[in-house]
Amino acid sequence: MRSEPNQPTPTDLPADPPNHILEFPGGYTRSVGPVIGRFLSELRGGNLVGVRTREGRVLFPPTEYDPDSGDAITEEFVPVGPVGTVTTWSWVAKPRKTHPLDRPFAWALIRPDGADTAVLHALDLGVFEQGAKPPRLLKTGMRVRPKWRVERTGTIGDIECFQPEVTMINAPTRLEYRLQGGRALDRFLEGVSQGKLIGHKCDVCGQVIVPMKGLCPKDGVPTTQEVELPDTGTVTTFAVNNLPDPRAPEVPFVSAYILLDGAGLTMLTLVAGIPADQVRMGMRVKAAWKPREEWGKTMGNIKWFEPLDEPDVPFDAIKDYL
Amino acid sequence: MRDIAVVAFVQSRHTGEDTGSSETELLAPVITEIKERTGQKRFGFTCSGSNDYLVGAPFSFVSALDAVGAWPPISESHVEMDAAWALYEAWVKLQHGEIDTALVYGFGKTSQGDIAEIATQGYDPYYLAPLGVDGTSMAALQARAYLDRSGAKEDDLRAVAARSRAAGRDNPFALHLPDPEGDDYEVAPLKAHDIAPVTDGAAAIVLAAGDKARELCERPAWITGIDHRAEAHSPGVRDLSRSAAARLAGERAGAAGVQVAELHARFSHEELILREALGLGDEVTVNPSGGPLSADPVMATGLIRIGEAAARISDGTADRALAHATSGPCLQQNLVCVLSGATHG
Repeated sequence: MRSEPNQPTPTDLPADPPNHILEFPGGYTRSVGPVIGRFLSELRGGNLVGVRTREGRVLFPPTEYDPDSGDAITEEFVPVGPVGTVTTWSWVAKPRKTHPLDRPFAWALIRPDGADTAVLHALDLGVFEQGAKPPRLLKTGMRVRPKWRVERTGTIGDIECFQPEVTMINAPTRLEYRLQGGRALDRFLEGVSQGKLIGHKCDVCGQVIVPMKGLCPKDGVPTTQEVELPDTGTVTTFAVNNLPDPRAPEVPFVSAYILLDGAGLTMLTLVAGIPADQVRMGMRVKAAWKPREEWGKTMGNIKWFEPLDEPDVPFDAIKDYL
Repeated sequence: MRDIAVVAFVQSRHTGEDTGSSETELLAPVITEIKERTGQKRFGFTCSGSNDYLVGAPFSFVSALDAVGAWPPISESHVEMDAAWALYEAWVKLQHGEIDTALVYGFGKTSQGDIAEIATQGYDPYYLAPLGVDGTSMAALQARAYLDRSGAKEDDLRAVAARSRAAGRDNPFALHLPDPEGDDYEVAPLKAHDIAPVTDGAAAIVLAAGDKARELCERPAWITGIDHRAEAHSPGVRDLSRSAAARLAGERAGAAGVQVAELHARFSHEELILREALGLGDEVTVNPSGGPLSADPVMATGLIRIGEAAARISDGTADRALAHATSGPCLQQNLVCVLSGATHG
């Protein structure tokens, strides 16, 4: 029981310094005997060894006796681990100053591969704020491995802590480009910059393609005949997204294919202004434009599409556009 | 075997904070009262249970004898354990047949140190204590193992705490704690209400044999079975989700068919593990006193379980009652004492 004066303590002790300290200056010296001594010597060398019982089980960490029968163990030391399995755990959200880590961590019983019993040790799961809830990663059955101290002296603390096995990596990825959208898209965005939605009408099939590509994807012929479409349309199909996106107002948000009135192809956009679970196939929608002073030559001029107070379009009317 | 009974039980009004009394001063009025109740000034044997680490001074238990009065010299012993084990020693001494009465007492004052960190000093000095693992963290390992194995939820733990605290508010000797609230973990999966509160207090029991018991008490609580069993110290070599030692002690003490059980469960999950190990069904009233979750004067807490169970016999509310005490990390060692209104009940 040792308390440093004038240190705040996370325990139940009052904040004022202790007026009585029980301590063995320099620590309490113990002999360890041949079994624990062998284990600690191997530990100092960076090795995990258990000891075999007469029944053939491997005790880790070793004791001089079989805890089940009380029989003396054999003298056979067996390498185990270093990987082990967590058999139970507790999560320390606010470490005490007597604890081995000063950030939230787990205590765990860990059974190294090849052993039949478990060792208690600290399990470091990374950086957490004081008071953090146990992370989901922390589970009975998780696989962990010792983190060795560089300077080892032959104590259980030669293992600084255990850490989870590596199951994932996170590698940065980034490539840089200078893209042109093409002449047709450029013309489309020019229209958008003036609040207009322009499409091309195919001379062969007559369908209106918006945004236009300068080609009819159906007939494979160039298109040039411009048609201006209204900013109203019908949801053909949609998805509810639960991962945040900078373009969406909140999570969950809805991305939808919308068939603009008069168009022969759908375009992909956001739908908002309605709870995600109320969006329907066949729902009538209208573009929600940003204030005119914020317009640029970008689809960003349309924030998203919002519901129109009109009856839904029957499925038959949109089934060919899905 | 001699018939031996609890004939008197006295406890302090436990407090959740330091009231300025030393351990001996907490104990003295309890000893005075139990002498008055039994009309006995001297006992054939005196045995106490306490922990010197609570005050951080070696042999501190010796000064508690001042409260008993030990001159001319008395026959006396001490266990560095919960006083329930002092009672076991006294029971063995009474079985020897040379004495007819024994005084047993325990006391603890956890307001002056940190009981969770003091527990560390009692752990294996090679593999556990150097890690600095504390008592609450150890208990939480067992709680996790039990929840994983049984499928019980943290709300089941909260229900144990809520029932214990409600019962404790009806017990004038326990702390009066509010219904559990808050979701912050102390050490996950344990929350503050799942952990016995800091408590200062003391308790004493007088045991007597045969006719002496009938003379001292209108309805003695006869000890029809008492047994204690220990498991391995290391939490890594046993199934923490069960208590094999409690099961064995319960079988040998005759736990079946009791109406009331006082369990030394300092953490809410321990009650669930013990109910299973001792085969206590829903018909058994558990910890009507509020149990350790309402008052935990450590080293007296287990003895109080025996006193409370005996009180249910003596006041006629139960014919058969069970008391349980535990020692060591994660329910390592367990004592079960079955009490009855009849000598062979």
